[in-house]
Amino acid sequence: MYFRFLAVLPFIGILLGVPFVNRVEPLVLGMPFVLAWIVLWVILISLIMALIYRLDPSNRQAPADTEEARS
Amino acid sequence: MSSALLIIAAVTVVALLLGLRARRGHDMSLEQWTVGGRSFGTAFVFLLMAGEIYTTFTFLGGSGFAYGKGAPVYYILAYGSLAYILSYWMLPPIWRYAKSQRLVSQPHFFSRKYDSPALGVLVALVGVAALIPYLVLQLKGLGIIVATASYGAIPSTSAIWIGAAVVTCYVIVSGVRGSAWNSVVKDTLILAVVLFLGIYLPIHYYGGLGDMFHTIEAAKPGFLTFPAKGSSVTWFQSTVLLTALGFFMWPHTFGSVFTAKDERIFRRNAMVLPLYQLILLFVFFVGFAAVLKVPGLKGGDIDLSLFRLSLQTFDPWFVGVIGGAGVLTALVPGSMILNTASTLLANDVYRGLLKRDASDASVTRLARMLVPVVALVAVAFTLHGGETIVALLLMGYNFVTQLFPAMICSLAPHNRATKQGAFCGILAGVAVVAATTLMHLSMGQLFPFLPDAAKDVNIGFVALALNIVVFVVVSAVTQPRTSGESHAQTHVH
Repeated sequence: MYFRFLAVLPFIGILLGVPFVNRVEPLVLGMPFVLAWIVLWVILISLIMALIYRLDPSNRQAPADTEEARS
Repeated sequence: MSSALLIIAAVTVVALLLGLRARRGHDMSLEQWTVGGRSFGTAFVFLLMAGEIYTTFTFLGGSGFAYGKGAPVYYILAYGSLAYILSYWMLPPIWRYAKSQRLVSQPHFFSRKYDSPALGVLVALVGVAALIPYLVLQLKGLGIIVATASYGAIPSTSAIWIGAAVVTCYVIVSGVRGSAWNSVVKDTLILAVVLFLGIYLPIHYYGGLGDMFHTIEAAKPGFLTFPAKGSSVTWFQSTVLLTALGFFMWPHTFGSVFTAKDERIFRRNAMVLPLYQLILLFVFFVGFAAVLKVPGLKGGDIDLSLFRLSLQTFDPWFVGVIGGAGVLTALVPGSMILNTASTLLANDVYRGLLKRDASDASVTRLARMLVPVVALVAVAFTLHGGETIVALLLMGYNFVTQLFPAMICSLAPHNRATKQGAFCGILAGVAVVAATTLMHLSMGQLFPFLPDAAKDVNIGFVALALNIVVFVVVSAVTQPRTSGESHAQTHVH
């Protein structure tokens, strides 16, 4: 279950990283550096969660009961 | 009638009709009314959870916060995304338990997990105390939006009454289904409006995003980074962590988990919802664009920045479209809150405290009767509440965060925590939140010996820490003597 540790990275990046990037220049995509840093991590969270979803065996069972007619 | 008013009125009528129509083909049993019969697919659950993010608080408050305070607004983007990481592992077991026990509310979950109706009542009261100010905030926002976007043709008091009547009608009739259908319209409209404003306004007024931020930095140095004191980096870290933990503890968000038809929905949403958060970025851009273009708004008026800028930029019909989107950001979350608060009072306070053997049918009837009562209380607070409501609102988030320790322990396969521990921990945490908020205490005042950086830590952590200590100590003292023995027969008090 080593892949779960990937989920810790965004907490480190956002909570512990921000003190080191608290500045305006250089602007990234027009945004202040510290804002761009947070935006980068939000995108990384999506990618990391997608990776975890792929690797997680609990998502691999056959979708037995998902094909229900709409209620 | 101006074109703006016409569009706002049309959006409101559509919301009402759609909300009423949502009932079609469903008998409104307790499970249907509260959790949509646990039949919602990925899209509906996604929108109900996203509905929590895009309220008037983010639409007006997010842009107002950027306008008034600058960099500290970035925290809104961070905490939701971290909360979604937690949701991947936290929500599936909650959903499984709720389905197996046919739960309809958050206090219901606590009362079953800890086998204590008294704990359910406590959680319900904490929930209602947090929800009512939140509903008041939506109504206040609605009043501001309609009054501004109708160019004063409709005073905010009338808008508040109309808005409250609309949500009351469709919540009574359709329950959570009305909220779900309306959130489809809301999110489509808000998405389009916010993206457009966030891209157009910086280009229109400054020539581009980079130019805008350069101009702001030159005019107000330090506005775009966290300050050394006050809303500092330490404040950011502690607030993000605290609000990420509290995110799913709001009773209406917790309840929307129960509407899902399978547990994989949550794991799938955990990868998409963070990206959806990025729309908030464009709300920030609007607020930043207003900083130099409509200067001088102070205090509570900072929340008007988005509309003030729109009024001086666009034709009335487009102000109407923005107003219509704004109305929906108040109505949809408002309806979810109304639905949840009534359920809490009927299912968990009435059935949990007063009449244990009440049938599902009578609880449903009572919950639907309570909808207009809760709405009236909220309207009264909105029109006459004054400053007290602001204090209540500040408490709301910290209140619901106090439920986190007892919730997370209850998910463990062998939960060693006891109902007495959970009860006392939550009570202690809530008491500290209330005391510190009402007395306007900060970390620095409470612990003057701390280093400067630590003084900016969110005061909510004191409450959470004390909560955990009490929770652990009382649980240790009240351990059942023989671990194998069932303690289902003992009662609190």
